[in-house]
Amino acid sequence: MSEETNNIKLKVYRTNYNKEESPHYDEFDVSVKRWTTVLDALLDAKSYSDSSLGIRYSCRMASCGSCGMKINGKPRLACYTKISELNDQTIVCEPLPNFPRIRDLVTDFTEFFAHHKKIEPYTHNEKVPIDVIKKDDLVEFKQTPEDVDKYLQFSYCIKCGLCYSACPTVATDTKFPGPQALSQAYRYTADNRDSGESTRFNIVDDRHGIWRCHFAGSCSNVCPKGVDPALGIQLLKGHLIGITKNDKKIATLRSKEE
Amino acid sequence: MGIEPNSDNNSSTGGDIRLKSGREGLMGWLNPTRYGWERVPYWLQRLTGVGLLIYFIGHIYETSSLVNGINAWNSMLELTQTTGGHIFLLLVIGASTFHTINGLRLIFTESGIGIGRPGRPDYPYDATSLNYKQKSGIWVALLLATIAMLYGGMVMFGDVN
Amino acid sequence: MPLLKLRESQIMKIHYLTGICAIFFVAIHILFRIGMGMSFNESLEYHNVVANYHNIYYVILLELILVFISIHGFNGLRIILLELKQNQWWESTITILVLAAMIGVIAYGTRTIIIGSQL
Repeated sequence: MSEETNNIKLKVYRTNYNKEESPHYDEFDVSVKRWTTVLDALLDAKSYSDSSLGIRYSCRMASCGSCGMKINGKPRLACYTKISELNDQTIVCEPLPNFPRIRDLVTDFTEFFAHHKKIEPYTHNEKVPIDVIKKDDLVEFKQTPEDVDKYLQFSYCIKCGLCYSACPTVATDTKFPGPQALSQAYRYTADNRDSGESTRFNIVDDRHGIWRCHFAGSCSNVCPKGVDPALGIQLLKGHLIGITKNDKKIATLRSKEE
Repeated sequence: MGIEPNSDNNSSTGGDIRLKSGREGLMGWLNPTRYGWERVPYWLQRLTGVGLLIYFIGHIYETSSLVNGINAWNSMLELTQTTGGHIFLLLVIGASTFHTINGLRLIFTESGIGIGRPGRPDYPYDATSLNYKQKSGIWVALLLATIAMLYGGMVMFGDVN
Repeated sequence: MPLLKLRESQIMKIHYLTGICAIFFVAIHILFRIGMGMSFNESLEYHNVVANYHNIYYVILLELILVFISIHGFNGLRIILLELKQNQWWESTITILVLAAMIGVIAYGTRTIIIGSQL
């Protein structure tokens, strides 16, 4: 393993709206190795240079979606971006675009989660009650691996917000749900345990709904988990407009005897 | 819904946290770089669309000079059948060809055709929808627009009918 | 207003259909300028243009182009403007202005076609 170190310049966007601090960039000299990620470099700067640096992070393995930020002009996960892959001696870290800014690299996700909740991201199925009173009432849907493959990739979404940042429509349209919410609407439409297709169609078929997506593809370009939200959105449009048919059969329940 | 920018009562962040809107605004549209090849036709489709609408309105107006007789028509031709007018028309030819071909590509993709099927994502997580059919469709649109402009140039500036 | 009550998916179907139809009609319109056995400049002379307007099929073609491109173009403009700002006043105003512009352009173009066909 190479122990070769390299010195890079880390430029971090700093601001604190509560203290009326105007935005500026602070520079830190950080020593990095071959596998050093941007998050490692930021935490190094926080530990040894300026402990007031505001960063949100958690799992450090591209699983939680907390550390999304704009790195050298593109929304990326800081824990998933190696310094070496950026091919630049100066790394510029800014907060995620299209999100309200709290402080430094920390942004507010309230509106993002509100859009997600609006599309009712849970399985609609009248046969199964939401409240399970007795243990005997617990049931299981019969779903084949082929049925799962139809929506599996969209369920890998970690709600990191990178797609929302990259989307050109979100840049100006405050009512647009964003690629994450719309691809989750497809995830439930494609799931054969869900029978709420018409409900979700009514929610997304709006002046500022799914039709404000114009397939710029930037969401899929930045997604770190291979969710490909653009695919989900265009497939949902095809169903909505009636050109492609959603030929799913609602999954039956496994009886207690089976 | 959500936190108001510069609001003092934000219960979800536990008190008086001030925010500033971080939306990119119009610059988010106007910059076609950073996000791969597919962002460029999005930007061009908008630009050519607005340009063609402006040309369409101008064209309806200029052709209406027909109703005012031959002199009015010839005055209009003197204004438009110039080198500058022909170059402008070349741009219109290119814009309309690109807008048409790219528009057809978008009609297919926005109906769920030609963008692949969901599957199990695997590293390096290349998006199925950003496949070579789409990328080559964009190239075809640009190429046909260039060919149309060349042919238009030959008709207007050369002797080709 | 009926347009305000149309679902967005219905408006998009109209947008796609008008776009596809316009391709064919505009192609024929262009062929009338370069495919009639005369040069491009010759085809633009007053008497040749007026002769086109005496052809009933060409007149119908022009009217169809006018209607389809107006709908497609102004709906596209409406979509772009709706994405720029979001409040009730802006959305209603833009929809009404776009409809008015659409009707205005179609009316003005139809006037040219009717008078031109009688020259």
